[in-house]
Amino acid sequence: MAGTTHGEGRLRPPFPPWLTKTLTTLATVAATIIGLLFVTFMIGRVMPIDPVLAVIGERATQEQYDQTFRDLGLDQPLLMQFWIYVSDVLQGDLGKSIRTGQKVTTDIARVFPATLELASLGTLFGVVLGVPLGVVAAVRRGSWIDHLARFVGLIGYSMPIFWLGLVGLLVFYGILGWVAGPGRLGIFYQGVVEPITGLLLVDSALRGEWTVFRDAFSHIILPASLLGYYSLAYISRMTRSFMLEQLGSEYVTTARVKGLGEWQVVWGHAFRNIRIQLVTVIALAYANLLEGSVLTEIIFAWPGLGQYITTSLLANDMNSVLGGTIVIGTIFVAINIFSDLLYRFFDPRSK
Amino acid sequence: MSTSQGLRDWLLSEEPTSRRQARFAAWYKGWLTLRSNTLAMLGLFVLAFLVLAAIFAPLLASHDPFAQELGQRLLAPGEDGHLFGTDSLGRDIYSRLLYGARISIYIVLLVVMVAPVVGLIVGTVAGYAGGWVDVLLMRVTDIFLAFPRLILALAFVAALGAGIENAVLAISLTAWPPYARIARAETLTIRNTDFIHGIKLQGAGPVRIVTRHIWPLCISSLVIRVTLDMAGIILTAAGLGFLGLGAQPPSPEWGAMISEGRKYILDYWWVATIPGIAIFAISLAFNLLGDGLRDVLDPKEDNA
Repeated sequence: MAGTTHGEGRLRPPFPPWLTKTLTTLATVAATIIGLLFVTFMIGRVMPIDPVLAVIGERATQEQYDQTFRDLGLDQPLLMQFWIYVSDVLQGDLGKSIRTGQKVTTDIARVFPATLELASLGTLFGVVLGVPLGVVAAVRRGSWIDHLARFVGLIGYSMPIFWLGLVGLLVFYGILGWVAGPGRLGIFYQGVVEPITGLLLVDSALRGEWTVFRDAFSHIILPASLLGYYSLAYISRMTRSFMLEQLGSEYVTTARVKGLGEWQVVWGHAFRNIRIQLVTVIALAYANLLEGSVLTEIIFAWPGLGQYITTSLLANDMNSVLGGTIVIGTIFVAINIFSDLLYRFFDPRSK
Repeated sequence: MSTSQGLRDWLLSEEPTSRRQARFAAWYKGWLTLRSNTLAMLGLFVLAFLVLAAIFAPLLASHDPFAQELGQRLLAPGEDGHLFGTDSLGRDIYSRLLYGARISIYIVLLVVMVAPVVGLIVGTVAGYAGGWVDVLLMRVTDIFLAFPRLILALAFVAALGAGIENAVLAISLTAWPPYARIARAETLTIRNTDFIHGIKLQGAGPVRIVTRHIWPLCISSLVIRVTLDMAGIILTAAGLGFLGLGAQPPSPEWGAMISEGRKYILDYWWVATIPGIAIFAISLAFNLLGDGLRDVLDPKEDNA
């Protein structure tokens, strides 16, 4: 890479730059994940619930209690307990859910596709509408469309998502009847489609069950557009400010002086240069939606990860709550690192 | 009239004669800029209204916010002297909103007392000390920054038990990292300036430099950030209340009120809708004011 040619006379670093970079990134990922596990571990330890009683129940004898106490490693020093915890989690063991009686990983694998489907469709809406809105708002700065974009953003930043969901249900389901109500699928269609990916829209389309597809679509459209609206607010705002930066730079003036058409200047030059920044913003918006879907899932009785975490929480089922937190946290970290890497590798200025 | 004119002249004087005059003059000029921003003033007005409503809630309320009257349940707005109607237990929604404003202000104040302060301390210490202290503190900050906020707050509340104070603590624990980043960035630019070197030569120690000379200069960027964050904090608190993890019934917290009205949304829309409008108004007001403050206090940033 470029790093080998310049820097004559300077002390050469012991490793090639790409290796250092990769190692730093890996160390960061590891530190963040360990930090996440440390926090969930501590939360699990300060809980007012006795972890032993949670496993064996109130009626166990003292002997059973002591046995489980040792089995859970609670007689070990705290640092050792953390070590056991980390190695369990790294082997994919998040413990057992008290509420469902199944492994937390099994539970999460069951509910996760619903969240993934919702967040993906939401992000799709946000990108398809938000990016053009942001670009046009920047190009026609100060026009009505710019004000509209700002207004849309402000509302999105200020509206409680669970409330907007309720109002949406009231208007589009209760009054207008345009969409289906809460849930992921009507009762008639449940179990009709054999799962392939777990994403109902994809599965029903692949199996050619178009009535199921239509029903699933009418269920997902409202929560997905709602989440989409929130990511639209964020994406359009960032797109606008990236575009403004580009449009104010000299190469754009040069392109205009050369007599290029406005379309060519905006999309062919300015937009090309914000693509990487945009991808990182979209990745972050996606991560936020995975988290933001918690409240939305409650409103729409959506059987996803958010609902799973909340229901477990109210049932004092800590393994499931912490397991869900670890999964979402890890995805969050992964997306963050991914966007960071993307930026570093594709933006020539950061080399 | 003449005294106010005199005051104005004193404030706008080109040659302030004392430190206090210069400081007041700067504030006054900032106020003049802010006043010309209609939307920011609207935000300020709404917030002032909220504070007044909270203070005078006992005078303004038409009913006891906790009094249940089952014969009067789920009345529509305007019926029987209930301005915004009643909820499923016959409690007056208007009066509950007023008392709920107190809870919102309480939450806002508590978070403001914790998150920015922690962030300020961590950020300035990291920035000023440098070296491994900086690396360590910023790594911890990054770890917290990479966490999903609401989920982490959920887990914290689950561990500590539901309730307003715990919700606030959970929100603060997840809210401080951005402040630490800002404070560190400010410290890095300030710490190599001539005036800091000058103070150092006068014999000031690191504690004095950080607390007396660096902190005051970080305040304005933190204030902007706090105001803009407030909306998010209010929304998170309301979300926790909605999930039943924040304020507990019969507390008239707005998120919890929405949660109570949720069951009746299709038939009695006002029970859940009206508290939502209140939350929306407050967080919109904070966003508008924050945008305006950014224009005043931080003119270098483009108002995007």
